[in-house]
Order: sequence, then structure tokens, then C-alpha cells
Amino acid sequence: MTHLHLAVALDGAGWHPAAWREPDARPAEILTARYWADLVTEAERGLLDFVTFEDTLGLQTSAFHLPDDRTDHVRGRLDAVLLSAALAPLTSHIGLVPTTNVTHTEPFHLAIGIASLDHASLGRAGWRPQITSRAADAAHFGRRTTPQLTDEDVRDSELIAARLRELFDEAHEVVEVVRRLWDSWEDDAEIRDAQTGRYLDRDKVHHIDFVGAHFSVRGPSITPRPPQGQPVVAVLAHAGTPYELAAAGADVVFVTPQSRADAVTRLGEFEQARQRSGRPAGDPIRAFADLVVFLDDEPGRAAGRKHRLDELDGSVFGSDAAVFTGTPGELADLLLEWQGTGLDGFRLRPGTLPHDLAAITGGLVPELQRRGAFRTAYGADTLRGLLGLPRPANRHARAGAAGAVR
Amino acid sequence: MPVKQIHLAAQLPSVQHTVIWSDPHAGSQIAFDSFARLARTAERGKFDFFFLSEGLRLREHKGRVHDLDVAGRPEALTVLGALSAVTTHIGLAATVNSTFNEPYDVARRVATLDHLSGGRAAWNVVTSYDAFTGENFRRGGFLDEADRYTRAAEFLHTAQELWDSWRPGDFRADAASGEFIRAGAGRFAHRGQHFDISGRFSTPPGPQGRPVIIQAGDSAEGREFAAADADVIFSRHSDLASGRAAYRDVKARLAKYGRAPEDLKIIPSVSYVLGDTPAEAAERAEEVARAQVGPETALMLMEAAWGRDLSGYDPDGPLPDVDPVPESVVTKGHNLYRSRGRDETVRHWRKIAEEGGLSIRELITEVTARPTFVGTPRQVADAMNEFVQSDAADGFVFSPNVVPGGLDELVDRVVPLLQEMGVHRAEYTGGTLRDHLGLRPARHHHSEETP
Repeated sequence: MTHLHLAVALDGAGWHPAAWREPDARPAEILTARYWADLVTEAERGLLDFVTFEDTLGLQTSAFHLPDDRTDHVRGRLDAVLLSAALAPLTSHIGLVPTTNVTHTEPFHLAIGIASLDHASLGRAGWRPQITSRAADAAHFGRRTTPQLTDEDVRDSELIAARLRELFDEAHEVVEVVRRLWDSWEDDAEIRDAQTGRYLDRDKVHHIDFVGAHFSVRGPSITPRPPQGQPVVAVLAHAGTPYELAAAGADVVFVTPQSRADAVTRLGEFEQARQRSGRPAGDPIRAFADLVVFLDDEPGRAAGRKHRLDELDGSVFGSDAAVFTGTPGELADLLLEWQGTGLDGFRLRPGTLPHDLAAITGGLVPELQRRGAFRTAYGADTLRGLLGLPRPANRHARAGAAGAVR
Repeated sequence: MPVKQIHLAAQLPSVQHTVIWSDPHAGSQIAFDSFARLARTAERGKFDFFFLSEGLRLREHKGRVHDLDVAGRPEALTVLGALSAVTTHIGLAATVNSTFNEPYDVARRVATLDHLSGGRAAWNVVTSYDAFTGENFRRGGFLDEADRYTRAAEFLHTAQELWDSWRPGDFRADAASGEFIRAGAGRFAHRGQHFDISGRFSTPPGPQGRPVIIQAGDSAEGREFAAADADVIFSRHSDLASGRAAYRDVKARLAKYGRAPEDLKIIPSVSYVLGDTPAEAAERAEEVARAQVGPETALMLMEAAWGRDLSGYDPDGPLPDVDPVPESVVTKGHNLYRSRGRDETVRHWRKIAEEGGLSIRELITEVTARPTFVGTPRQVADAMNEFVQSDAADGFVFSPNVVPGGLDELVDRVVPLLQEMGVHRAEYTGGTLRDHLGLRPARHHHSEETP
């Protein structure tokens, strides 16, 4: 049986808005390194492929498209790249995938930040680029405006994607620039040739000279090529336009099927986007399905727990991803059933922390191992290695080998 | 009068020609292990902080990427985030440019470092105006040189408003009452010449409230900026006479901002070479200088000053007989001549070379590669102490010649002497960088205690 890949999406006290009020929650610690270190080392004990960290350039809100004034949900967060970096020396195998905004940030800074995370983690960095969906965030920067989504828009992923089309187009350019900057140093650019006094082989450090519709970047990067060559780029996609972004530039795509049949549909749509993008068939992309999970060993207990949290919060929790309540064994059944649609793995969003993370590492993982569906030891030291993705040759080295330098 | 305590800092040196990458003990300039080794060595020596510089474009010489010096470095805040996990007390200072960033983003990243490190974050606020670096950024190189400090000052003030936008107690996380934050926490609005922003700030302030602010410019504007807003200034005066003059000048600027002399620490950037005897130290200093200024580097720096190709000249021969080309910039991203100006630099160099009968390489060694402190550990400790006690500085930021082991001798052989002399702590006595620097708690503009 093909092993499936497992990731966990960490955010605040878990994905349920009342999660922080659970007895085992540590809400006062969510801005400390220790809190996150405990979670990520637990995920690494479970041999997971990677963890992702949410981020936004604004205070969290309960609406997708608007700020709010609520005081009863988790508010306040750390920068995800720095948080990932702080966790790198405390872990040794698990991938670290921060989310960053690409609408209000500089592509050059993003490229050197993720490259530096890859150096600090010895090849375990990933990156989830994300566009701005909240127009209010633009006022935090005062340099541009972005489209304001309506209540009607946010009910339909395709409407959202259509309204934010230009931000997605720009995101394509950001991903392209970041990838070119990662390749702007060839792996053997540093020579330290005492004979000639040269530290660098300047022929192996390249301007990128990117000129796009939205910005231009000259390069080269100030940071040597990261250990993975190209850190893993992951895109969360719910509709055609983001599928195209993932198809063109990502190594991992997160999709949000609501059922097995829906997984078939979405993977089919993604495959079409991939073909439109012109990406070669042999260039691998790993497809992960996102699921919010509430897990307890006793049948029915997880659903009861979610119900209790819903009552505490005053509304029934739903998400862009399907919400699963059940036992680790029932979840294992579902994952293996969905895996057959062509999914490579799952990104699980724990309903509450640390409870549902511990249920993943202590319940789901052993269950999958018993069924021969998940690794029993880490088999690689880099995130690309864990995902079975080769380390890409540098585009300039390839070009040079072919006798034509870009 | 009690003796002053010496504030020690260290940096991992990067793109300067003074970094001896050819040394047999030289390690990686990019591997995390190098950063961890140097930061931990400084922490072993009970230093106040570890510092990383920044340069957002690779330097170019005669139209091509400069290849003689170390090139390539990580993004400072990200590496310091990782270092927060492998250190416990030492401050972590990042250089972050105020020209090619936005206050919201920088404020949240520096606040994040303060959280992750338990109150050890510092931000060295630098400015840039050159279009050369701007070519790497979507915003480009738009800034007039005259505007760079007004923008930097407003940038810093805006960041401080963002840190202050969460008042003490706004972050509640009170499960019993169900109140996670107080209503309106993080709300801000700033309207100014350079920034017009408003909304909610994403990140409550870290343990220090306001992280430590460092300023590195030595111009009159830079000193004024530091006097108004900085906690630490990196000066360039590593000789006693000019050090004292600069020290008096900077400290005298503080009063008009309602600040006391001890509110701003003056810390020159320095280097050192040790020997068991004075003669051995001097001999080692010569070896170091020869390694720092090879013939290629000597010619390159000469070309940078002259603004023209000098590849036909012998580095071991006399200075070029041709005149410099005014306004010609053959070296980009290098600011060796900025403080003095091109013409003045050339006149100064010719004078030194004529007086000493120096070759090109000897001259460049003389003007760019003279370590601040050379001697036995005792001599160096005494010289450092004299420098501080005579008010030429409050401490030093050491830039070692070799990465990552170049600080070992200082920490193993000089620091114990300073500790014996009672001018450097034997153990850390506080948890935050503000504690190490002896700074009072950060002012909070919205303090609820204000009547």
C-alpha cells in the first residue's frame, strides 16, 4: 500500500473558535515559543510530514472578508516565518511551513526569509503564499487598496476567486520571482579560491531581471541557494483561479473536498488547471485534502465535544474544509477511502489543541501504521525528501549544461 | 565615582574584506551552526547582545558581482528567531532597513522576536536611498537622500505606536469570563508625511514592550535621530580622542529630548588581535592584515576610491599617478567612502602614502585593516577599560576576523580579566536586553497610570 502523507495545520488554540476555553488549552501561552515547541515536537513524535502555521497581516476575525470587534475568540499572533525559525533547532525531521501574505509584502524579503528558514532547518522549509482576502488589511500599509468582497461573494469560492483575480495574477509573479531568486545562486557559487583571492565564482551568481505586470526585481538574492534548492511551495486552493496558481507554481496543493465524490471532482478540476498551465506531467505535485478533525477513542464522544464547544461559542462551527468528528479508527477508514481518489495525503486541522493533535499522533498514526499506510520511522531529513520530491537542479546549471545561459 | 560597566556586543561579520575566509579555521558564512556557535560564545562571555547586519543587494564592482569578499548572508530576523531557541540570555539584534519595508510588517516581526526570545529583541534601524538596492524591490529606489532620516524617524515612531496599540492587560486569555482580549485592543491610526495607516495591529507587544532600538549612522542627522529615539548607537570612533569628542557630542544632544545621558549607550565597532607578548600580538596583527588585504582587494578598493579601472597598476607599487574620476561609481553597494567623501578620501590617502612611503597594498592595509586592540589579554583589557572609563564609549561591538571561532580568544582570555576588574558582569542579572543594557522600562505612551 502506498503510504499516505500527513500534515497538521496549527493555529491558535485549534480551529474551533471556542477551543481556547477547553480545560487542556493554554491560551495565555499562545505568544510563547514553549507553547509551539510542545505542539511541534508532539507532531514530530507522530512522524508527520510537516506542520503549517497560519498568518495574516491583520488581527484575526471571524468573517473571511471583514474585520470584527469580537473579544471572545483568539486574537493576536506571531509572525509565522520567525515562529518556524524558532522551532527549527528544536526539531530534526518535520517540515515547517509558514504562511505569508504576498499582497502587501516584498517578494525579495519573502525569498530570503524562506531561504534562511531552509538554511536554519537544514532543508525542512516550506512556504504557503497567501493573498489578502480582507480589504481592511490594505489600510495597515497605506500603499494600495484591494477589492472588498461582499457577503454574497464569500458564499462561493468561484466568486471570491473572480473578484480577487488580479491578486492571484500578482501572486503568480511573486512565486515566480521567489523561485528565481532561490536559483540565482548556483550550488557551487562559493569557491574560496585562495590562489586568485576569489570567494565567489561570479559566473554562478545571476541577476534574475524579472519584469512582470505588477513589479520588477533585479536580483540576485543576497542569500545563497537554500539546502533544498527550492523549498516546498504549498497553495491552499478552493476554485479555478487558485488551482491555476497551484498548478503553475506549487509543489503541494491543499484542496477542501466535502466528500469522496467531491475529492474526485476537485482533483479533476485541478488536473485540468495543471494541463492548462503547461506544467510538464513529470513535474510532481502532491495533493493534500484538508480536514478539520475532532477525535476521541469512545464512539460519539468527539461529536459531543464539538457540540458542547458550539454551544459555548453560540454558533455551529463550520469551515471551508470538511469537519470530521469520530474515533481515530473511523478517521483512518475515511482517509484510506479518500486516498483512492488520487490524494497523496491530508492536512489535518485539529479542532482543539493539544487534544486533537495528541489524538492524531497517539491514535490515528498508530492505526494507519497497523494498516501499513503510514511510515514507522522518518526516511529522509528534508521536507522534499519526506514528500518524495527530488531536489531540483538549478535552472542556470541546467541551462549551462545545455550550452545556453539565460 | 563608581566604575562604568562595559557593554559588550558581537556581530557575525559578513561582507567586509576584513573577514578572512581563507583562514584554515574559517567555517560557513551561511550555515546555522556558524551563527549558533558565535552567539553562544558571546553568551558564554555574558555579552549584552549578538548583532547581524544587512545588505539587500550583492555588491558590484566594475559592473559585475564583487567576488573577492564574503558574499551571501541570511535574512537577519529569521536567523535570530532560530537563535532564540539555542540561547537563553543574550540579546538578539537585527538590522532592518526602513526604506524597503513597512512599519506594520517590521513592528510585528520585531515584536515576534521579542516574544520568542523572552524579551531579548533589538532593531538596528538603518536607511537607504540608493536606486541600486531599490532595483530588488517593488517599491524601487524612490527616496531622496534628504528624506531618508525623516522617513526613518517616522517609520520608527509608527512602529512604536503599533507596539503601544496593545495596552497592558489587553491580552486577557481569560477562559472563565470568555474574554480573550479587551475591546479595541490593537487599534491604531497614524497620519503622517510618509505613512497614513490605520486598523488593528496583529501582535501584542513582547516582554520588553518596546524592543531596544539601535542606530548606526554617524552623520549629524544620524546622531540627532539616535539622541531622540535610540537606546544604543553604533559609532565609528575607535580612537580615544575622536571617541571622546563624539561621545560628548552625542550625549549632549539627549537633554533636549528629556533624556538622561545613560539612556543612550554609545558602542563603537571594534576588532582585536591577541598575543602572549606584545611582540607576538603585533606580529599576528601583521599576518591578519596581510590576509585581509590581498593584492586583488587592495586594487579593488583603490579603484573604488579612484572611480576608474586601475588593473594595470602594481599593488606593491606606488599609488596611481592618474587622477580620480569625479562622480564615477565603479563599486556599488559599498559605502567605504561615504563618511569622508571621495575627494577628501583620495587627498587623505595620498598624504598617508607619501608620508609613509607606502605601496597601494600597504596604504589600503593602513587605512582599512588596523585592528582596534592589539596586545596581550591584559593590555587589551586595560585599553578597553580606559576607553570606557574615560568616556570615549559605553562599550564595544566586536567584529571578529574569522567565522565562527573568531570570538573565542576574547571570551576565553580577555573577558575573565574584565570580570576580575569588576567592569563586566560575571553572570547575567536580568532576563531582558533592556536589563542587560541598564535601560529603564520602555515608555508607554498610553500608560493607564498617566494622570
